[in-house]
Amino acid sequence: MNSYDSASEVHPFVEEFQALMAYRGLVIQFVARAIKTRYKRSVLGVVWTMLNPLLTMIVLTVVFSQLFRVQIENFPVYVLSGQLVWIFFSTTTSGAMGEMIWSGELMKRIFVPKSVFAVAAIGTGLINFLLSLLPLLLIALVLGVRLSPALLTWPLVVLLLSIFSLGLGLLLSTAAVYFADMLPVYNVLLTIWLYATPIIYPLEIVPQGWHWLFRINPVYYYVEAFREPLLTGGIPRWEIWFPAAGFALATFLIGGMVFTARSSEYAYRL
Amino acid sequence: MSNPMTAYPIHGNDDLAIRVAGVSVQYRVPREQLSGIKEFTIRWLQRRLQYHTFWALNDVSIQVPRGEFFGVIGRNGAGKSTLLRVVARVIKPTLGRVVVQGRTAPLLELGAGFHPEMTGRENIFMNGALLGLSRREIIDHFDDIVSFSEIDEFIDAPLRTYSTGMVARLGFAVATSVRPDIMLVDEVLSVGDSQFQEKCLGRMRFFQEHGTTIVLVTHSMDRVAAFCESAIWLEGGKIAARGEASGVISQYQQAL
Repeated sequence: MNSYDSASEVHPFVEEFQALMAYRGLVIQFVARAIKTRYKRSVLGVVWTMLNPLLTMIVLTVVFSQLFRVQIENFPVYVLSGQLVWIFFSTTTSGAMGEMIWSGELMKRIFVPKSVFAVAAIGTGLINFLLSLLPLLLIALVLGVRLSPALLTWPLVVLLLSIFSLGLGLLLSTAAVYFADMLPVYNVLLTIWLYATPIIYPLEIVPQGWHWLFRINPVYYYVEAFREPLLTGGIPRWEIWFPAAGFALATFLIGGMVFTARSSEYAYRL
Repeated sequence: MSNPMTAYPIHGNDDLAIRVAGVSVQYRVPREQLSGIKEFTIRWLQRRLQYHTFWALNDVSIQVPRGEFFGVIGRNGAGKSTLLRVVARVIKPTLGRVVVQGRTAPLLELGAGFHPEMTGRENIFMNGALLGLSRREIIDHFDDIVSFSEIDEFIDAPLRTYSTGMVARLGFAVATSVRPDIMLVDEVLSVGDSQFQEKCLGRMRFFQEHGTTIVLVTHSMDRVAAFCESAIWLEGGKIAARGEASGVISQYQQAL
């Protein structure tokens, strides 16, 4: 029986998790709706999704090889794989926040576990990510990249990236409840963050003195861990795995705690 | 009426579906609309954040036994909807405690979460999920939902093509497809025509006979008199009268 006690002794974090489990059907509905509206309306949905990263890949390849005369092996694959990680990270975190704000009216009318929006954003991002792996692998093969068994570490990378993105998404959602301009502010931050991550430029062109910037940037580790098995055929080193896991767990715990501690206020605020 | 402090410790009592003990709800409204980080920071630095607070509910205690048809009457803005929202878990009480035993179907607004661009079919699944129903439950009751809401041939048309009555019927049908333990009904029957109202009331009575507890918020005294055993009259967030429905109604009408 689903009972409710407003003075429940259960920790909000646990309570939210239980409610989320009970409403997992809703998460599936949200993901299905997002995917449907994206791909149903046009058969070319997948192509459109990939158009932007593919164009960026082509332009940057031309820029770096022709204009700057920097020779990097498999640069198109480098750019595209980095972009897929970035697209997942940026769309899920801002999506979590957006869905939460747009559903404010709903939250004033019926009870829903507040974390469904962030979790659904991750689910949607994962499906889009999986769909875009196909063109990535295809292009890699065409350009002569040899697929190595190290690619089997990808599920772990994606898992850590998802946990990190969920934690940050929850944290941002909390902020968005209190500040209406959080979404545009975050979009500006994302632009800066993108340039601070070696995705659209080769790591080699950055002077050593600047590399500390990457070491404090969590997204750098997920990009590296995802790219390495594809580009070098090797398994990422511990210096990549440890921070990747550490940032994921810490962000998830902080985001989850802050979000659930405040979640009973959201219906009042939104 | 009762001391809220002694009402706080709530012990297991399976005969009660809803226990509201000393509940107060405070809304905090900023005096000016503060929209963003920039404004907030400036004001906060200047120590000029001012809020206007008011109590939508003030020390309200009710106990609704299992299977009862319970009425809530009062003027607009008396706190009736806030009371239902507290029981429906939409908002957490500022003070006091709410304990609800059983699955609750909130009919605070019919079709909350309906999407105009989605078809009737898609909306049934989405709305069912929003109400916490499993996909299995929705599939099992799908035909019943369609026939109750009388939208047969429009089921695959987008919801924006539906009439207000059709949307209301669909909302009611989804929310009541699986018999809930508790129904919270907030003035939603006023949407449809009298035939629809009769149909809904018929279903509510049927549910009640099978053990569902129903809380009805309405302006129609006839309906409270006809359906409810007991009732409360809310005035300015406080309980002005409680007891047998007929008695509460006459006190309320005398005061008008």
